[in-house]
Amino acid sequence: MLSLIGKRIVSAIPSVIGVLVVTFVLTRALPGDPAAYFAGPAATPQAIEEVRRSLGLDKTLPEQFVVYIKDLATGNLGNSIATGQPVLTEIRTRLPASLELTLYGLLVSVLIAVPLGVLAATRPGSWIDHLCRVVTTAGVSLPAFFTGLLLVYVLYYRLGWAPAPLGRLDIFYSAPTTVTGFYTIDALIEGNLEIFRAALAQLLLPVTALAVFTLAPLARMTRAAMLEVLGSDFIRTARASGLPKGKIVYGYAFRNAMLPVVTTLGMVFSFLLGANVLVEKVFSWPGIGTFAIEALVASDYAPIQGFVLTMALLYVMLNLAIDVLYIVIDPRVGFES
Amino acid sequence: MTTTATLKHVRYVLTENPVTLFAFGLFGFILFCAIFGPWLAPYDPLATDGAATLRPPSAAHWFGTDALGRDIFSRVLVATRLDLGIAFASVILTFAIGALAGIAAGFFGGWVDRAVGRLADTIMAFPLFVLAMGIVAALGNTVGNIVLATAIINTPLYARVARAEANIRRNAGFVEAARLSGNGEGRILLLQILPNILPILMVQCSLTMGYAILNAAGLSFIGLGIAPPTPEWGILVAEGAALMISGEWWVALFPGLALMTAVFCFNLLGDGLRDIVDPRRRT
Amino acid sequence: MSLLSMYRLPIHRRVFLFASSAILAAVALAGTPAFAQSRQETLVVLVENGPNSMDIHGVGTSFRSYVAAWNMYDRLVTFGIKTLPDGTQSYDYSKIVPELAESYAMAPDGKSVTFKLRKDAKFHDGAPVTAADVKWSYDRAVSVGGFPTFQMKAGSLEKPEQFVVVDDYTFRVDLPKQDKLSLPDMAVVVPAIFNSKLARQHATDKDPWAMEWMKTNSAAGGAFKLDKWSPGQEITFNRNDDWKSGPLPKIKRVIIREVPSPGNRRALMERGDADISVDMPQKDSAEIVAEKGTGKYIVVGVPIENSLKYIGLVTTQKPFDNAKVRQAVAHAVPYEQIYKSAVYGRGIPMAMGPGDAPKDASWPQPFPYKTDLAKAKQLLTEAGYPDGFETTISIDLGDATASEPEAVLLQEALGKIGIKATIEKIPGANFRNAMLQKNRPIHIASFGGWLNFPDYFFFWGYHGQNAVFNTMAYQNPKMDALIDAARYEADPAKYKNEVMGFIKLAMDEAPRIPLYQQILDVGMQKNIKGYTYWFHRQLDFRQIEKK
Repeated sequence: MLSLIGKRIVSAIPSVIGVLVVTFVLTRALPGDPAAYFAGPAATPQAIEEVRRSLGLDKTLPEQFVVYIKDLATGNLGNSIATGQPVLTEIRTRLPASLELTLYGLLVSVLIAVPLGVLAATRPGSWIDHLCRVVTTAGVSLPAFFTGLLLVYVLYYRLGWAPAPLGRLDIFYSAPTTVTGFYTIDALIEGNLEIFRAALAQLLLPVTALAVFTLAPLARMTRAAMLEVLGSDFIRTARASGLPKGKIVYGYAFRNAMLPVVTTLGMVFSFLLGANVLVEKVFSWPGIGTFAIEALVASDYAPIQGFVLTMALLYVMLNLAIDVLYIVIDPRVGFES
Repeated sequence: MTTTATLKHVRYVLTENPVTLFAFGLFGFILFCAIFGPWLAPYDPLATDGAATLRPPSAAHWFGTDALGRDIFSRVLVATRLDLGIAFASVILTFAIGALAGIAAGFFGGWVDRAVGRLADTIMAFPLFVLAMGIVAALGNTVGNIVLATAIINTPLYARVARAEANIRRNAGFVEAARLSGNGEGRILLLQILPNILPILMVQCSLTMGYAILNAAGLSFIGLGIAPPTPEWGILVAEGAALMISGEWWVALFPGLALMTAVFCFNLLGDGLRDIVDPRRRT
Repeated sequence: MSLLSMYRLPIHRRVFLFASSAILAAVALAGTPAFAQSRQETLVVLVENGPNSMDIHGVGTSFRSYVAAWNMYDRLVTFGIKTLPDGTQSYDYSKIVPELAESYAMAPDGKSVTFKLRKDAKFHDGAPVTAADVKWSYDRAVSVGGFPTFQMKAGSLEKPEQFVVVDDYTFRVDLPKQDKLSLPDMAVVVPAIFNSKLARQHATDKDPWAMEWMKTNSAAGGAFKLDKWSPGQEITFNRNDDWKSGPLPKIKRVIIREVPSPGNRRALMERGDADISVDMPQKDSAEIVAEKGTGKYIVVGVPIENSLKYIGLVTTQKPFDNAKVRQAVAHAVPYEQIYKSAVYGRGIPMAMGPGDAPKDASWPQPFPYKTDLAKAKQLLTEAGYPDGFETTISIDLGDATASEPEAVLLQEALGKIGIKATIEKIPGANFRNAMLQKNRPIHIASFGGWLNFPDYFFFWGYHGQNAVFNTMAYQNPKMDALIDAARYEADPAKYKNEVMGFIKLAMDEAPRIPLYQQILDVGMQKNIKGYTYWFHRQLDFRQIEKK
């Protein structure tokens, strides 16, 4: 099995290299000139040329690529123009913020979508089934940034129920000591319930916006998997032997239907990381999404490359984890189909 | 399945599933707006009016007016064609590239399969929205580039579906029969495999249409959309976003609703089509 | 990859344990938040974007960073403060007052200035401020290149040899020639005084000016100490209780929070969760100003000195190489509608002025152009373009809130005289580059000079040296001669003539069509007192208090 996992890792290498190359080419194709930006206002063309040389941008593209790969090998991702910080530091502090948001979004989505899916599957074709379908489809049809704006307007501005959309923590709290980088978990580790509560309150609106967006795939997959299991032989046998309905649905069928849902979870997670970008912007969330948007608009090469690389590695690891989970759970799943 | 049986099935699905019927109706309405919108619009969607800026919805302006006094109803209506156009164009492009690559991969296997797989993996390893942003930022924010970016990020989906379906059928009876009667592989691919998996890909198309519209709207929201003053739903929402807190809710709300309605319609339609194409797969 | 996994999923038989998470349920615990700092002594400021460097001399340091440099560091001298007719406080560029210097004296021939330093002044680490620190700081500013060196040069401060340590507490600046800009230039943000002993500890052979370390650290001695900087999120300062260069500030702690969404900033202000909001969209300002103080908070607006929002026409390319075409555009601009719908009245009109010549030597002043489509059409016909032409209007995406409606209104008006224009939005950082290339036929941009002299504006904006701010690539020897003469003119009467001369040329030739003078609007809660307008357009926390 270890060799299987090893093979899987090796097979991911080409796509990571592909990502590196594509990102590099894409960033170099961005309009604008970092040298002109760095040289500052009123710079002469000579001054700009000097800056270009010092940034290494006068070299040919292949040469620049080699330099980039060499830097990468030593863990140097370059510096961001906008914040002036090393990209690695930025990603280290921002990634937990994005992950925390995404994971809570996923959690809330699962807590709502899975029961909905089960409900729909036990009464296929009924009005509950249709309602569930319409509601979740409506959710996925709303642009997440629009949902975010509506939530801020109604729940914060009009009603005052939610806290100000000001990032991860209210202004007057200071962040808990970093252990995991997840404020809610770090606050619990510190035993500071007040900060835990404050951090959770900040998560409320963006998490809702994300969760609404991802109900549909999870609910549908749950419904489909449940329908399939409910129609299978062993459930029919259980029914025939007179087991109570609740026990059949929740005791047997549900447990067996969870595996495809877990797979969907992986997909939804990566989807969410993407949707995050816009939601973070609406909520001033200091994650890697906002970081990437600003960098892209400013032709700030280093952060874009760092961001895309991080995301790509994250995706690769995620899919690896799902595949490994499959092998562990079901040895019949191999790699050559 | 014969034609009459198919029709019967379609009728069954439509009557059995009122939601799908509703979605078809909605689609007809949206299509109508897209085709006749420019003639139906009560005002010139680009004409500013300094005397009537930021008016709330009224009999004269059903959806109110924006900061430059332009009629929002006309703008939302006229935008339908552009948004639908972007979605259609990108889906067709995706279909052409993704489906063919996927079928070839599934049918031939071997190095073709590996090459297509790697390419798809590479695209999938990107955060898709950020890849679209990157493409548009690098190539410039024109309609063509937005279509291209949307098409590229959706291609792997099609390739995968097409690959899986073609793979199942590569040695099916009807393919063997065609082979025995002396058809070349390319011919079999286009004349036997493609028509067979077309319905399944159509479902995918409908679902991607919605995603294409959302994607274009997202790009507009961060300022990488179509150049002003052309009306487009995403831009209209973005323009209105800042006005929400100052009480001019109508500027963002109506285009937002139009956007949602269209995406909603395509998603429901996709579900409905799936029922028609393959009742067992219904999810 | 993920979808591949989806297609192999149909087998499922083992139990997967679903992580039950009752964490969310545990939320409702805990009581009301007890604030870590007293709200009364803390100032919460909202900005759209924050600083990108703590070093004012740094490469690529953005204007957002000036707020940190201005409040953390002292300069030898600073500007005085005056009260404007509407009661708002503003810096006074005509008055130079000592800050870190106790006193200063200009030599009778105007070719040197001698500063006596405060003997009790200390840096944040307790080290005394000496003339050696001042020299190190001035040397650094003129040596590192880029923006700081350029800004120093504007006041004839060019070489380290000009900066002389007379004794520990006496410092002299020698000037190559008398220059009215030298002393004001020592009061701007750039010539900040650094703690040279501290900075040197972080210098290396490759980096003698400690540029790397200074990006994120401070070697300052000013009124506020850097507390914590989380780039892209928040920066906090604490008051320096040992500050000697002026009266002790009333505010003890400042929190600057980055909130990119203008709607969110407005909501935070209305709900009283923040004290000051500095990046106000013009629409919000206009609405709050119209409330005349009856609303939840107020807006204080001060016209930004020596600045213009304008339409630039690139004069080196057809068709805008023809002055008649440029005048035609100037007559087509829908000025009234732009003031009303694009900037909501938050700008001082710089068109539709009386007569067709400058009234005095003040700058900026309204140009004589009025919206007159018939005249525009006629000029276009005279220039040989009776059927118009196609062109592009370029705007800065980062400034789209105002520029985009301006561009749309301009586009519509140009269409009426046969000029078909498309709008191009250029992302912020690339806009400067686009302006540098000087090939965007019509562009909407703004320019302002820190030093408030008309000849200073014209030297950067109209002079044939073709600096980046001359976005129109305008070159005219007559214009250059007048600007050069005014730059070092000692006779006030001659100076006035020269200034009026080049303003008249700018009006007639119309390479740049002024729209309006921008207003710096700052939103603040009603209990905020002492806000002062500064040339660098950032807050000075020293004057602010909460009542």
